[in-house]
Amino acid sequence: MPLKDTRTFTIPFLQVLGEDGKVDPKLDPKLGDDQLLELYRGMVLGREADQRMLKLQRQGRLGTFSPSTGQEAASCGPLLAMTERDWLVPAFRELGGMLMRGVPFSRILMFWGGQEEGNVFPGAPNTLPIAVIVGSQIPHAAGVAYALKYRGEKNAAVVTFFGDGATSQGDFLEGANMAAVWKVPAVFICQNNQWAISTPITKQTVSETIAQKGLAFGMTSLRVDGNDALAMYKATRDALDQAYRGDGPTFIEAVTYRLMMHTTADDPTKYRSEEQVKEWEKKDPLIRFRIYLRGKKLWDDDREAALLEEVKQEIDAGVREYETREIARPETAFDHVYGTRHAHLEEQRAEFLGALQRSTPHG
Amino acid sequence: MAKMTMVQAINLALLQEMEKDPSVIVLGEDVGINEGVFRVTAGLHRKFGEDRVIDTPLAESGILGTSIGMALAGLKPVCEMQFDGFSYLAIGQLEGHATRYRSRTLGHFTCPLVMRFPYGGGVRALEHHSEARESMYALMPGIKVVIPSGPRNARALLVAAIRDPDPVVFMEPKRSYRAFREEVPEEEETLPIGQAHVVQEGADLTVVSWGAMMRATQQAVAEVQDRRGVGIELIDLLTLAPLDQATIAASVKKTGRCVVVQEGPRFYSASSEIVATINDKVFEYLEAPIKRVTGYDVVTPYFSREEHFIPGPDKVAHGIEETLDF
Repeated sequence: MPLKDTRTFTIPFLQVLGEDGKVDPKLDPKLGDDQLLELYRGMVLGREADQRMLKLQRQGRLGTFSPSTGQEAASCGPLLAMTERDWLVPAFRELGGMLMRGVPFSRILMFWGGQEEGNVFPGAPNTLPIAVIVGSQIPHAAGVAYALKYRGEKNAAVVTFFGDGATSQGDFLEGANMAAVWKVPAVFICQNNQWAISTPITKQTVSETIAQKGLAFGMTSLRVDGNDALAMYKATRDALDQAYRGDGPTFIEAVTYRLMMHTTADDPTKYRSEEQVKEWEKKDPLIRFRIYLRGKKLWDDDREAALLEEVKQEIDAGVREYETREIARPETAFDHVYGTRHAHLEEQRAEFLGALQRSTPHG
Repeated sequence: MAKMTMVQAINLALLQEMEKDPSVIVLGEDVGINEGVFRVTAGLHRKFGEDRVIDTPLAESGILGTSIGMALAGLKPVCEMQFDGFSYLAIGQLEGHATRYRSRTLGHFTCPLVMRFPYGGGVRALEHHSEARESMYALMPGIKVVIPSGPRNARALLVAAIRDPDPVVFMEPKRSYRAFREEVPEEEETLPIGQAHVVQEGADLTVVSWGAMMRATQQAVAEVQDRRGVGIELIDLLTLAPLDQATIAASVKKTGRCVVVQEGPRFYSASSEIVATINDKVFEYLEAPIKRVTGYDVVTPYFSREEHFIPGPDKVAHGIEETLDF
């Protein structure tokens, strides 16, 4: 008997806003001017905050962090589509999106500045903190989504982010599969930025696309130009609507590029070519969005200057708060180990306080 | 009151907590229609439906990982690892997330979940189905490790674990699942987590044990008492972490002699911590070195030889008499 195809699949690719700043009218999500400007502002804030963090890190005022420059569209587009009812389950390269969410910049600085306070987000409910263990947050997203479905919460879903490297992790496979089997309201956004520290995507997987991994779980799955904020918005909008309808999760592969180093402790010139970086700099999500806004007569040099000044003020304020806020007493590390009090920890706290009075740090 | 096995008693705890609190849900491999490989979840799927008693895909890390998400979003998941040896696949999620969500968010997010599983040897089970590695869990700050020894305390402790604000690893001694019955009251009963139980008082020697080892230990204690006419104080730990140091210290202060009985390997184990606790708290009252009767530091042997590696009444009695005679 001849072999027959039992299934054939396709992976759609979505691009709304080309590198030339021109919109495909058939795919245009037709955002209002206010929303377009909000989206642009989010990306600019993300970019400027990222660049400020680099300076702070180099000056020794911030710890190691993972820059997001070049990937602003991939997190800001989705955030524009979300409401406060939706949960955000981030990885660690969604700075623009987290700021759009309402996470104060000072809290981001606190996290990378080595303070647990950087995991607490006043003003941004339903937002989990940064997850450092690659891909480990993906099952959490599936679990949160299960809770939303179980409680019958209307118009609420979970959006989780992770990188291309995460798709090699078991927790990605387990979490995404469970979400699909349980048909929970979740959106899985893979920021395929081509690099997991020094490991290129070609050494991560020989799948032609990452999107087909989502398809393998039976999810709606597509590839999106991750440097196209309108496409990222539209893909997430559609995915959220599907989730709200009870039609299950979506997998979005956002094809983008990590323009900077993995973290500030890393030197990418060791493993990748300057030419590749230059090629992707041409696809910068901010450049094309600016051209688009200018074409719509929503933007000019004066507005750009005003926005940069406004954003600078916000960043300055965040830095000020981060640097002037008193660091919590070290013994507070004993406060939240458990929700109940236990004698051995109380004894250790007392011992710790005694040592603290007698000595200097590391003494 | 009804005479129940431990399996029935655990089932009663799940049933009553699910009836009481709609945020309690059960998930795991084969816990639904099949009612669990040991029938611990019998009747729950039928009563509460597939949304509350979830037959999950086969993925231990995913089971705990999704449970963490559920807990962060306000549910109280009780997830089952099918066997002790499979629970290791979930350790990344346990240590990486469940233990620390409260601490790292300063109490803003908490992770009240129960990860329960059958543990330990003595039932002639397949490789990876006979492991007693409670010490591995007990050394992680941020989780609680609870190990019942009989039907009645299993029920009361599981209720407490489900209501606890923190993640609880609840390890069920599988060889005690159906080995004996106890009266278990129909009405609500809980036991405090973090508190050991003094099973019997005595002035001459303290024995500390937990889980499946309690039966062998009780038998040994009775034998030695008969033979030697001594009074032995027996402590059932019930919670390994946080450790009830006060009860252990108070007992050894009185008796001056102590034997710790543990199924699992000896190095860097709960028994080590108990010895260290006695050293810290009541060293000056000791009249003999503290004896440890434990498993050996070998990979869990296959079942044809396992009986030689699990402490039984003879080994425990020998340890007690050595310590009495020192």
